[in-house]
Parts: sequence; structure tokens; C-alpha cells
Amino acid sequence: MKRVKIALAGNPNSGKTTVFNNLTGGRQHVGNWPGVTVEKKEGTYIHKPYEITVVDLPGIYSLTAYSLDERIARDFLLGEKPDAVVVVIDASNLERNLYLVTQLLELGAKVILDLNMMDMVRNKGVEIDTEKLSLILGIPVIETVAHKGEGMEDLEEAIVEAWGERGDSFKIDYDQDIEGEIETLQKAMTFPGYPSRWVAVKLLEGDAEILKRVMDKKAESLILESQARLERHLGYDLETALVERRYAFLSGLVRESTRKRLDLMERLDISDQIDRILVNRFLGIPIFLGMMWLVFQLVFSLGGPFADGIDAFMGWLGEGVSSGIKAVGGPQWLSSLLSDGIIGGVGSVLVFLPNIMLLFLAIAILEASGYMARAAFVMDRFMHALGLHGKSFIPMLIGFGCNIPGIMATRTLESEKDRILTILVNPLMSCSARLPIYILFAGAFFSRNQGLMIFSLYLLGIILAVIVARIFKGIFFSGEVAPLIMELPPYRLPTVKGVLIHMWERSSLFLRKAGTIIFLGVVLIWFLASLPLGVEYASQESLIGKMGSLFAPLLKPAGFGFWQAGVALFFGILAKEVVVGTLGTLYGVEEAGLTNVIQNQFAPLSAYAFMVMALIYIPCIAAIATIKKETGWKWTGLAVGYSLVLGWGLAVLIYQIGALFVS
Amino acid sequence: MMPLSTVRPGQRVRIVEIRGGRGLIGRLADMGFYPGVEIQVISNRPGPLILNRGGVKLGIGYGMAHRVLVSPVL
Repeated sequence: MKRVKIALAGNPNSGKTTVFNNLTGGRQHVGNWPGVTVEKKEGTYIHKPYEITVVDLPGIYSLTAYSLDERIARDFLLGEKPDAVVVVIDASNLERNLYLVTQLLELGAKVILDLNMMDMVRNKGVEIDTEKLSLILGIPVIETVAHKGEGMEDLEEAIVEAWGERGDSFKIDYDQDIEGEIETLQKAMTFPGYPSRWVAVKLLEGDAEILKRVMDKKAESLILESQARLERHLGYDLETALVERRYAFLSGLVRESTRKRLDLMERLDISDQIDRILVNRFLGIPIFLGMMWLVFQLVFSLGGPFADGIDAFMGWLGEGVSSGIKAVGGPQWLSSLLSDGIIGGVGSVLVFLPNIMLLFLAIAILEASGYMARAAFVMDRFMHALGLHGKSFIPMLIGFGCNIPGIMATRTLESEKDRILTILVNPLMSCSARLPIYILFAGAFFSRNQGLMIFSLYLLGIILAVIVARIFKGIFFSGEVAPLIMELPPYRLPTVKGVLIHMWERSSLFLRKAGTIIFLGVVLIWFLASLPLGVEYASQESLIGKMGSLFAPLLKPAGFGFWQAGVALFFGILAKEVVVGTLGTLYGVEEAGLTNVIQNQFAPLSAYAFMVMALIYIPCIAAIATIKKETGWKWTGLAVGYSLVLGWGLAVLIYQIGALFVS
Repeated sequence: MMPLSTVRPGQRVRIVEIRGGRGLIGRLADMGFYPGVEIQVISNRPGPLILNRGGVKLGIGYGMAHRVLVSPVL
């Protein structure tokens, strides 16, 4: 079978992901782009003699490389030269969406154009002459309605027909003056592997990435001369001139190939009315808070019964395994490893899977419906007050599910400063891994106001993020926050399939963690708790007991100076869920029994101090690794350092001050 | 000509000039907003504005809206 590789490109909200899912079905896999932790989705499917690998590029508006997403897409197209690029566009906004298409064509990509959302085009009473479009652009053009699966066979057919044929290289005519300078630059410098005309245009545009590659001074002055000459001739800004030429071509193209002007001004439609309410000066924030309240209600009230089910199942499984081993005369240590160690440890973590999945489900629905962008918009002023960007809000919200996708979601921020700042405070968002700790301790000590106590921890995280962001902003990132430009996607009814896939992608990160890091963590803890041989399991004389005793004096001022707490926090760095898992393993009980045990060890005040410590003290290993990949060692060191100091300091403060009032 | 930031909600205007540094013009153009196009201001409260161009909606910061010059369309 012949193997070929195609890339899928398109604007955000063009239905690209739906097309990807339709093409590849379940045969997908998520990895990372080289050098960055931005998710790279790949899938394969078979079409006659071909095995086709589809790489889903990040959703982008252009190839100018303002944001990490755009740089990734561009590097991939230039570096790996896929056999074809399918561009999925929202055909109901033809002109704007075609802008990206022309950029890809200028880059020399073999483009197949997928006019998606044709149902909306028809509803608007517009006819698109695909043949004419195909003729002018010199590429195959396919109509689809991806969410209904319409046109997918045609698309598959067009993809395999695309190899080999390659029309004349596509050109936008930039007018005499500009063309002259393009030619000059084209002659003066070449970059191996890059189309020379494209490089020349980018140099005129002042593209920072391409300019960086121009090393010698002579070439540099040549570029500056060209730019200056042109601006003199044109009498206005060169960037504007290039943009206008491209859109002049596009509006001509759209006029030629559609029956009714697409970009006629719309009347104030329903969606505008909804927007007026959702982002209203007075109603915007209350509506937003209401939505968040609804999300957390959904997560906790619906998740509870499922969690209880898993809990009961784990208890039953542990019992069954240990009595099964006894029945066949298996060794005692094996039974202990399996039921105390693995089932007790991993089980106490898996209990929270329903909550996590529900949270990601809610986020997926908010994103797909179009509300998420409005929420970022509403929060922009508030985020600005923190020295953050409106778009920083989405990574923060995702951080409540898991900090890792939260940190990764910062890639949509254009300014590096804003991005790093958002990453640094992201671990202060109480991720769902910390929820097990809160539920355990709040349930054991504050059963009457459990919800309130947990809420206070979420709030504390947010308040600390505000303070920390302000401080870091002042020290490291003085200056303006990058201005907000974001598209507000049209309101859409989320599709069940799309939402479920999205939820699964994020939850599976958690499951994988439970299967790997957490599993290894609890096994390691079990060994350390069982050695040296002959020692009573998880007693103070075991290796782990001795380790914990080392930390214990440090934790004494915070009110939990006993070795089990030290061990739990230490291993919690593996993953925060492990704190509960460790306690479960150390006390040899799973969650239900754990409540009784910790009630003897902690007092309400020290329990609260412990929860605060667990919230702040250090990001988990996986989060640290992600921060490192996204920002480098310096910022990672800062993230680890400040959280350790802040967490310990605050826990001590709470315990010491609280002790004055309680007792 | 007036800055976009002063336009009342519901009003239609044409973009005349974008006084941005390098990058701003390109960013707005990527989204389909460039000199010559007609847009409608959907919301202009203190804080960011919402613009509509043929169904594409864009949220932009107030400071930036101040640097976009527009003329009214009847």
C-alpha cells in the first residue's frame, strides 16, 4: 500500500475538526509537535491503494506566524511538505476564509479546497459556482456539510486524485511597483526549500520569522531600501497595500463565483441580539457567573452517584482479589501489593473520573456553542485589571479541569509575556486532581459546609493568582498587555459526537496519568512502606516512615507535623491525586475508611491548612514538565519556587493565626 | 473621519485607515477587517467592542478601536 501524508488546515470554527473526525474515525492519535507541547492530532484511513495519514494543523487565520499555532502550521507545511493540504473553510464567509487559502497557495502548497457548511450557504440563498472557483484558483473544490457527513466521499476522491498534478504556481498580482521589488528581492536572496517569491513577499511584509533568517547586513539593507522605496511610491503603509491587493483579488474572485453577494451587510439578526445581552455591561458578568455556577452544579451533583459507584466497585474488587489470592494459597505480600497498593491507590484516584469527565464535557459544550469566546470577552476588563489578557481566561478555566491542557491552551495568546504570565499562575487554579483531597478532608471535618469549604479553596486559588500575577507583572513583564482581537464564533448547537470526542481527548490525559505515573507512584510507595523486610506495613519504621519523619518537623508549624502527611505531600508531586492515594496506601484503606483514620490524625484547622498546602505547594511533575517545554528552565524554576514558598507560608499562617481563635 | 471607539452601537461605518504598528493591520486583515470594508458596531460599552462584518464577529480592545479610523455609512 502506498503511504501518503496530507495536512488539514482551516480557520478556527470552520468545522475542520469534524472533517478530521469524519475522515479518520477512531484511528486517531494525539502527540506533540516537535519542541512544543501543542497537541498534534494525527489519524489514518485507507482509500484504495493508499494509506493516508491526516495531520490536523492548528486552527489559524493566516500564515503570518503571529502566534505559536501559526508558526507550527507554517513550519510543518514548509518542513514536511505534505502531499496535499485540505483547507476546510466556512463557505458562508467565503472571502475571509479564502484569505488563508491564497496564503497557502502562495506558499506553494498543493491545496484541495473543502467548502464546508454548504447548508448555511444555501439557507442564506447564495449559490457558489464551484467550477469557476476551481478554475480561477487552479485547485479542486469540494462542497461538504461535515456535521451531516455530506460530501465526504467526494472529498476522499479528490484527495487521492490530487497527487502528481500540480497546476501553475499561483500568483496574486501585487501591481507594478510591488512586483518590481519582489523581483529584485527574489534575485538577491534565496532560501533553500522556500519558494523564492513567497520569501520576497514575506520580507516586504516585514515577517519577523523570515527576517531572522536574513543574516548578512547587505541583504538587510536591501530589504529596508525596498520597503522605503515602496512606501514613498505608494504614499501609504506597505502592509496595508499588500493586504488590499490580496483582498482586491479575493473580492473579485467571490464576485465572479457567487450568485448573491456574500458580504452584504446583515440586518441585526438574532445572534446580534443574543450578543447584546450576553456581553451587556450590566448583565454580562452575572450571566457569566450563573453559567459557571451551573457548570459546577452539573459536575458535582451529577458526578457524585457515579463516583460512589466506582468507589463501591473498587472496594469490592480489592476484597475479591485479596480473598481470591488467599483461596489459592498465594503469598500475603502479593495480596497486599494488589489490594492495598494498586487497587487502594489507583482506585482512590479513579473515583474522581466522573467529575473530571463532566467538567470537560461542560467546557466542550461551552466551547462548541460559542459561549466560551463571549466569556473571554466579558472577562477581558477583569483580566486586564490583573495584568492578564482576555484570552488568558480560557486557559484558566480549563486549568480547573487539569493544568496541563490549561497551560497548553495558552498557545492562542500572541504575546509571549502574556503567555508566560498566564502559565505561571495556571497551577493556582484548583485542578480536578486536587478535588479528591478537598473532598476527603472537607468531608471528614466540615461535613455540614463541605461545599462552602471546597468553594473557599477554589476562590483562594483565584485570589492568589490575581495577587501573584500582579506581582510578577510588575517585576518581570512591565508594559502593556497585548490588545484583544478575537473572533466571536457564531452560536451553534453543539453536536453530540464533537462534544464527546473533545471531552474524551482531555479526560484520557487524566486516565493515562492514572495508568502510568499514579500507578508507578503507588507501587513505589507500597514498596517503600513494606521495606525493610519484616517491618510492619506502613509503620514509622518502614523506609517511607523514616522519609516522612524527615519532612515532619518542617510541617509542624502548619499543624500536620506527622510523617504520613509528609510522605503524602512528597509523593503528591508525582500527581496531586497521589496525596489521597498515598494516604490510602499508607493506612491500607480506601476512601470510605480513610475518613475515620484522618479524623483521628487531623483537627479541622490543620485539615484546612493541609488543603491549602496541597492546593499551592508545587505543580505536579506533569505540569512542571509542560511548563518547562513551553517556557524553559528559568520560568519553571520560578513556578516551582514561588509555589513552594507561598504554599508553606500560607499553611503556616493559617494554622498559627487560626490557633489563636480555636483551641 | 472618527475613531471606531466613538461609534455608537448599531451604527454602520467604513474602515478608512488603521493606525497600528506593524502587525496590527495584518492581524485585522487576517480576520477580514481592512480599509474599505463596511462594518457594523454591535456593542460598544466601556471595554472591548464587538464588530460585525458580513456575519464575522470580532471582539477588539478599546485601545485598538481608537486607532481604527472610520467614516459613517448611511
